[in-house]
Amino acid sequence: MIPKRKSSKLTLLFVGAILLLSFLLIKDAPHDGGVHVAIAPEVLFSIGGFPVTNTLFWGIFLSLVLIAMALRLRSTLQEIPRGFQNLAEALIEKFFDFTNTITGSIEKTKKIFPLAFSLFLFILFANLFAFLPGASAMTFHGEPLFRAVVTDYNLVLFMTLTTVIIIQIVAIAVNGPFGYLKKFINFSSPLNFILGIMDTVGELSKVLSMSFRLFGNIFAGEVLVAVMLSLMPYFVPLPFMLIGLLSAVIQAFVFSLLTIVFITMASEKASHGA
Amino acid sequence: MELESAKVIAAAIAVGVGAIGAGIGEGILASRAMEAIGRNPEIQEKITPLLFITMAIVESTSIYGLVVALIILFG
Repeated sequence: MIPKRKSSKLTLLFVGAILLLSFLLIKDAPHDGGVHVAIAPEVLFSIGGFPVTNTLFWGIFLSLVLIAMALRLRSTLQEIPRGFQNLAEALIEKFFDFTNTITGSIEKTKKIFPLAFSLFLFILFANLFAFLPGASAMTFHGEPLFRAVVTDYNLVLFMTLTTVIIIQIVAIAVNGPFGYLKKFINFSSPLNFILGIMDTVGELSKVLSMSFRLFGNIFAGEVLVAVMLSLMPYFVPLPFMLIGLLSAVIQAFVFSLLTIVFITMASEKASHGA
Repeated sequence: MELESAKVIAAAIAVGVGAIGAGIGEGILASRAMEAIGRNPEIQEKITPLLFITMAIVESTSIYGLVVALIILFG
């Protein structure tokens, strides 16, 4: 037990030193007492007329990190996994089994799994990067350098549009183009016609609901933490950051889960009649 | 009534009314989950993750209201 006691004392000392330093070093009052909240991400610089926002910068950085991790993993594959490969294999196996229970067949899972797992990993890492300490303090020519990638609605909208277009493509591939159109434009009876119109609206609402769920959870979490930090910076924002952490993981999972469910539903042959 | 006060009132109504449905829905969800666990305590490890996932989906309608309020205030 002795090493454990030493490390906990050191931790306490470290935390106390940081608190003391922050008391002494933070001297300037906030500019206007309000919080700087903007739905559109801030532009850092432009490359030949193309504005580069801070979320674009971090999105590319995050993608490079994920690609580097994947390449490193692939180049050092071992028969008996240890360390990082162990963790990656456990995660992939668990997610694959979970996808299998939803789709019900191995071929469908093999086709759906790469998309769903990539979405899950990207959104998970993007949300978890927001909790790196000290990231929010960096500024670049007065604009905050860091902003969680998912708080950019452009990114969320295009991820959702990609998923919904893939759903339509799968439905066309399984049912044929005329079978697919018959789902939406159906003149056999007035009831089926109205149901067809509601199906169209349902497809559009998938885009809105999935994108707003992800964007709203993460953006609202950020706004809440920013407001709490401006009111009372010590200890009070912690419960809100915990909820933000929980919702970060859950929203990544729910997004990929809904992707899997919708693609599975679209890949089943449409039965005649409602 | 000027635009600024109308904006603030609209944002408050958007969040407030949206939260009613989500609160009722999540309450029903949690109560059914507790009932199921109470009836069969061994199933708890299977129900708890499902409970959180379904709560995230049910909560999303109130998040839509929140996003609309944020767009009204800051957009």
